Amino acid sequence: MALASPSVVPVQTRSERPSSTDVTDFPAVTGREFEWKFAPLDRIRPLIEGVLDGSPVAFQYSESAGTTVEWVDRATAVVGVAGTPEDRASANAWGAVEKVLQIRVTSEEAEELLVRREHFDQNPRAAHVVIEALPNSSGTVILEHRGDADLSENVEIVVGEGAQLTVVTVQEWNDSAVHVSSHFATVGRDANLRHVIVSLGGGVVRVNPSIHLAGQGSSTDAFGLYFADAGQYLEQRPYIDHQAANTRSRVNYKGALQGAKAHTVWVGDVLIGPHADGTDSYEQNRNLVLSDGTRADSIPNLEIETGNIVGAGHASSTGRFDDEQLFYLQSRGISEEEARRLVVRGFLAEIITQIGSPALEERLTAAVEAELVEAEVVRAAAGVASDAAAAASADAAAAGAAS
Amino acid sequence: MSVLKIEDLHVSVETEQGTKQILRGVDLAVGEGETHAIMGPNGSGKSTLAYAIAGHPKYHVEGGSVTLDGVEMLDKSVDERARAGLFLAMQYPVEIPGVSVSNFLRTAKTAIDGQAPAIRGWIKDLDSSMTALRMDKSFRERNVNEGFSGGEKKRNEILQLELLKPKFAVLDETDSGLDVDALKIVSEGVNRAKENTGLGILLITHYNRILRYVKPDFVHVFVAGKVAEQGGPELAVRLENEGYDRFLQGANVG
Repeated sequence: MALASPSVVPVQTRSERPSSTDVTDFPAVTGREFEWKFAPLDRIRPLIEGVLDGSPVAFQYSESAGTTVEWVDRATAVVGVAGTPEDRASANAWGAVEKVLQIRVTSEEAEELLVRREHFDQNPRAAHVVIEALPNSSGTVILEHRGDADLSENVEIVVGEGAQLTVVTVQEWNDSAVHVSSHFATVGRDANLRHVIVSLGGGVVRVNPSIHLAGQGSSTDAFGLYFADAGQYLEQRPYIDHQAANTRSRVNYKGALQGAKAHTVWVGDVLIGPHADGTDSYEQNRNLVLSDGTRADSIPNLEIETGNIVGAGHASSTGRFDDEQLFYLQSRGISEEEARRLVVRGFLAEIITQIGSPALEERLTAAVEAELVEAEVVRAAAGVASDAAAAASADAAAAGAAS
Repeated sequence: MSVLKIEDLHVSVETEQGTKQILRGVDLAVGEGETHAIMGPNGSGKSTLAYAIAGHPKYHVEGGSVTLDGVEMLDKSVDERARAGLFLAMQYPVEIPGVSVSNFLRTAKTAIDGQAPAIRGWIKDLDSSMTALRMDKSFRERNVNEGFSGGEKKRNEILQLELLKPKFAVLDETDSGLDVDALKIVSEGVNRAKENTGLGILLITHYNRILRYVKPDFVHVFVAGKVAEQGGPELAVRLENEGYDRFLQGANVG
């Protein structure tokens, strides 16, 4: 299949976006394409067009009852059921992997499964994960990412009929890490997928989940939480595809930005297909800007191809730290630092408390706390530094506090 | 004997039309256990006085002083003033999403006292204050002011007043928007705080109504950014009968 260049034939509807598992079907990336226009392409290019090492990389996981974890040959794995690459980096990874990490939730009361991946290195690599929840199973799969990475990967999620699956992906990479990840999910009849993206660490992190509500009465709750520090680029493009009737989706992403050149991107697509009568859908993105010099792009898109729906709404807001909130808290004796922390913690708590894993919620609360403390140290250090770059960020911090 | 002293206070705000002078030399002294009512027409600078005392960044002090027991407050940050013993009950308390009332109160109490309150005594104090203010226990788990009705917001302000035990409280139109039942409940809370801690009160109001429940020792009439007249409780009654007209005419002539 040959694909037209997006600059020649603009793609009007999300469902008609070209997709292929063959990287050569995609034209060279120029940076003008909508899917790449925000990203720092120079840092991603090796993953888009370079040769990727697709060999398996060691990982750790918890022995959890009702789950299985194993490497399987790509020829034998259930690959391609949940979706097909829609961008070149994804297709490049698709063709490069040798083995697929297969995770299965097999029981109605599966124990929480934690998969920790921290042995990637700075070589450009490809990975492929398939998470499968068998019909009527119920469980939580957490993917944790740390250390270095230059990684393009595909994560397929197959939720069987009547299954309840939670998938959480947590990015706490080192500062220089580059990670572009496409999640493809298909949700069966009366099943629910709770999908959570938490991006805190890494240089360039892009996680784009496409969730197809394929079975009647299927639903998804898709959450995202991100905190971009100076120089960090964090992108997420959730796409909810209502294919079947009586499907329900809730999308809620919240992000905080602090520091010069902290950049976040959220593009939320919801497509209500011609057969998706009775759809109930709502998506929102909220960003909290804590200093000057940051950039938050937030673009909600809604396409409706049937008139017979229960509801479809979207909301997007990007706002500065509210100085009236700060004044209120300070007027009760609370210091400025603690007041800022209370407000940001409160802002992000709405997402954290939705995860449904007490241990992870506690850990992420602490991780957000650490981000806040670190951000304060940067603010304080910027105030006394003398070189030009630091002085610029000090100006940004001061302006942010004053406005 | 604590005293809050305001001397020759001049305050301006930045508006789109440029700098606007609001307070033009306010002199006022509030002693421990005293209740001073500040009354005046809209736009006379009553709320500006409240926010300037608390240290809101929007208000610029051009001159004068505000001292608490001889210590200058105007060069202190907002939180330092609160820790020194000042409290402002706000007319429009803001919502703090994701922060529960119980977490907020405990954080504030810890900041004011310099140490965390002992759990058992704290819960007991919280319970009894909330009961007295007719606040359901479920309030504790709600986010601060989020989805609160006007009356609930004001009660939440007075709850803080009772628990944080300041030396002086500025109540900025706490009576506005309250029905008579809520007004009584809120007034009782103010009176309790005064009895328990010897609180000095600066009660800013447009109407005489709340003064039936919170008895003022002194009444000051605020016109065009300064105190135009002062007297005892009888002045409030006279204002209710005559309105502010005679002061406004005077201001226009002057």
